[in-house]
Amino acid sequence: MKISELATLLDATIVTKNSASDTEISCGYACDLLSWVLAHGQKGMAWTTVQTHVNVVAVAVLMEMACVILAEGNHLEPASLAKAEEEGLAVLETEMTAYDICGRMAAAGVAPSAR
Amino acid sequence: MQEYTLADAYEVSARDYATAGDASAAIKRKLKQLGVDSAVLRRIAVSSYEAELNMIIHSLGGTLSMTMTPSEIRLLSADIGPGIPDIEQALQEGFSTAGEEARNLGFGAGMGLPNMKRNADEFNIQSEVGKGTQIRMLFHL
Ligand SMILES: Nc1ncnc2c1ncn2[C@@H]1O[C@H](COP(=O)(O)OP(=O)(O)O)[C@@H](O)[C@H]1O
Ligand SMILES: [Mg+2]
Repeated sequence: MKISELATLLDATIVTKNSASDTEISCGYACDLLSWVLAHGQKGMAWTTVQTHVNVVAVAVLMEMACVILAEGNHLEPASLAKAEEEGLAVLETEMTAYDICGRMAAAGVAPSAR
Repeated sequence: MQEYTLADAYEVSARDYATAGDASAAIKRKLKQLGVDSAVLRRIAVSSYEAELNMIIHSLGGTLSMTMTPSEIRLLSADIGPGIPDIEQALQEGFSTAGEEARNLGFGAGMGLPNMKRNADEFNIQSEVGKGTQIRMLFHL
């Protein structure tokens, strides 16, 4: 599934300008504790969180993730948005909860993260 | 004696969450340019990030350095204190003394040292209260 298709699936807005929306997603994951995210992080991952600060972008970029999905109507902080755009990381924002996001992604056949 | 192909050091400032991860990102970028295998690179990225963040969250500041030879990569995290009173306890999954500020950002899961230990081929930690902490990690290429 491509990032653009994921955005449609999750009623999400891609808030980063110029991020590649045709990048393929390799797997999905949801967590707000960054050490857990690092332990599971995979290239091409779509990561769901409610954290909005700049360290989210740092972790996603370090793990070469495809995108970050901000759940429950959370918005990326301005500094985080600037860094995400600079790094070419796609960030999606949706009103859905992490539970619903994962449910839809799983039903659509997105794989879980391999540890 | 082996000749070093690369040696690099980055200053890490206490409580500087705005630039947290920059040292690890720089190390990773360099190693990637040098063609280091992506699986090894991932393990190095996790380990260096955890070590860097520990210095930001828990220490008074320090240095993250990396040396690379044709056969291995070494990471050294060295800070100026406060040190760890009980290393065995600190190594346990879930143990954390991280404060409110760090926890609110999603740090303080108590998984940093276990993540380093799991990802490095060799892991060594030394700490002296009032002096500082040194973590040495080795990755075979
Ligand atoms: N560089 C350091 N200086 C002082 N204490 C540290 C350092 N690194 C780790 N610690 C101690 O070890 C504990 C466990 O570290 P870690 O596993 O990374 O978990 P966390 O950072 O989430 O607390 C920390 O909470 C802290 O008490
Ligand atoms: Mg830690």
